[in-house]
Amino acid sequence: MAARQDPMIPLPYRIETVQRETGDTFTLTLVPAAGDQIGPFAAGQFNMLYIFGVGEVPISISGDPSESGKLVHTIRAVGSVTRAMQRLKAGQVIGVRGPFGSSWPLEQAQGNDVVVIAGGIGLAPLRPVLYTLVKYRERFGKVILLYGSRTPEDILFRRELEKWRQRFDMEVSITVDRATGRWRGNVGVVTKLIPRAPFDPYSCIAMVCGPEIMMYYSVLSLKDQGVPTECIYISMERNMKCAIGFCGHCQYGPYFICKEGPVFRYDQVESLLNKREI
Amino acid sequence: MENLEKILAQHPFFKGMPPEHVAYLAGCAANARYNPGDFIFRNGQPANQFFLIRYGTISLEIFVPGKGAVMIETVQEGNVMGWSWLVPPYRWHFDARALELTRAIVMDGECLRKKCAEDPRLGFELMSRIARLIEERLRATQLQLIDIYGKD
Ligand SMILES: Cc1cc2nc3c(=O)[nH]c(=O)nc-3n(C[C@H](O)[C@H](O)[C@H](O)COP(=O)(O)OP(=O)(O)OC[C@H]3O[C@@H](n4cnc5c(N)ncnc54)[C@H](O)[C@@H]3O)c2cc1C
Ligand code: FES
Repeated sequence: MAARQDPMIPLPYRIETVQRETGDTFTLTLVPAAGDQIGPFAAGQFNMLYIFGVGEVPISISGDPSESGKLVHTIRAVGSVTRAMQRLKAGQVIGVRGPFGSSWPLEQAQGNDVVVIAGGIGLAPLRPVLYTLVKYRERFGKVILLYGSRTPEDILFRRELEKWRQRFDMEVSITVDRATGRWRGNVGVVTKLIPRAPFDPYSCIAMVCGPEIMMYYSVLSLKDQGVPTECIYISMERNMKCAIGFCGHCQYGPYFICKEGPVFRYDQVESLLNKREI
Repeated sequence: MENLEKILAQHPFFKGMPPEHVAYLAGCAANARYNPGDFIFRNGQPANQFFLIRYGTISLEIFVPGKGAVMIETVQEGNVMGWSWLVPPYRWHFDARALELTRAIVMDGECLRKKCAEDPRLGFELMSRIARLIEERLRATQLQLIDIYGKD
């Protein structure tokens, strides 16, 4: 199967499986429906997923970058296109363009402690990072995952989290905003986990993904611990159309998020984050 | 007593406090141990203790009719718990339950209040530390309220 060129033309992909993750979130595994497939992707990149006659949305790739052929996307149903995607069944065909955008700094992270901080659906764009960290574990210092979710029922990828938590070479801390009855884990916002996490602030790379407000407060807490802003990366979201730096839909200050982002080093976007009009 | 003083001095809450203040406050302290499931206190009971957690996890819960116990926060090693002993009518406003074997230093609230009144400098130092904690808790509660993992 050959990799195709024109970035504006979606390639047909067949839904192999639909996995329900939580009440509003599901994972699609896609395989090429015709001969062509999109090229390899790096952790943090996204594809444009297109439902014929409904619309197209940017969705990060949540699968393992070392597995070629299949594409895995984890999607939260929030509006017209993503809700239509929630109704899709195995065997149906959707269009895929990509992969687009910048990626998480896994190269720079080598030799350093790695702190992965995710909130809500933000764990999906970071899952490829976690697969890579686990696969090449010896290349990194301490590996720490801090994950915050609204309730225990909203936790994504439970089985994988449990597997990673059982590893001796990885620290996984999960917290929820509120819980009832049987929950035995942490309760409180994800920022509360940061001061307790055993990483070296002067030799670490932090990758943060979630709603902007969650990333903002997580970065404040990382900075309080002494982590320099050049070592902190976040992933930004804006509405997209072309995804190739043409239309300007995703403009964010001097950047086009589809091209220079979605992953930014924090000091690149710090001055933009608190501007209300952007 | 000497031992408790050492433990207190090492707890993050007392970090940087002059040793003579720690020594003076140690007179109000005692060791405590809770088994998983033990209620440390319950909503409505008289609040006369301040807890410095050394080990383990405690869940702070509010009973919501129809829903049961809702966990609002967990506190762990290095955290402190409870400031209702500071303000009349000195009653707890939630339940605290050990989720696992937990060890803590328990400080007597009446004794603390008395020592703070006797030595206002120490009182100010202690209150400043507690005010910082209350501010941190308030900020965390605000983030929980605005639902930072939400859709919009
Ligand atoms: C680079 C990038 C990567 C993304 N990765 C993922 C991913 O892996 N999984 C995933 O589920 N989503 C992801 N998103 C978000 C996803 O693209 C949007 O949720 C989607 O475009 C919404 O389209 P819709 O037609 O379903 O909703 P619309 O009808 O456009 O919007 C409906 C409601 O959803 C809200 N909404 C729209 N976009 C977002 C958003 N980005 N975040 C939160 N609320 C939103 C709107 O404010 C509105 O209230 C990503 C976005 C970008 C830019
Ligand atoms: S989506 Fe068109 S420039 Fe980014």
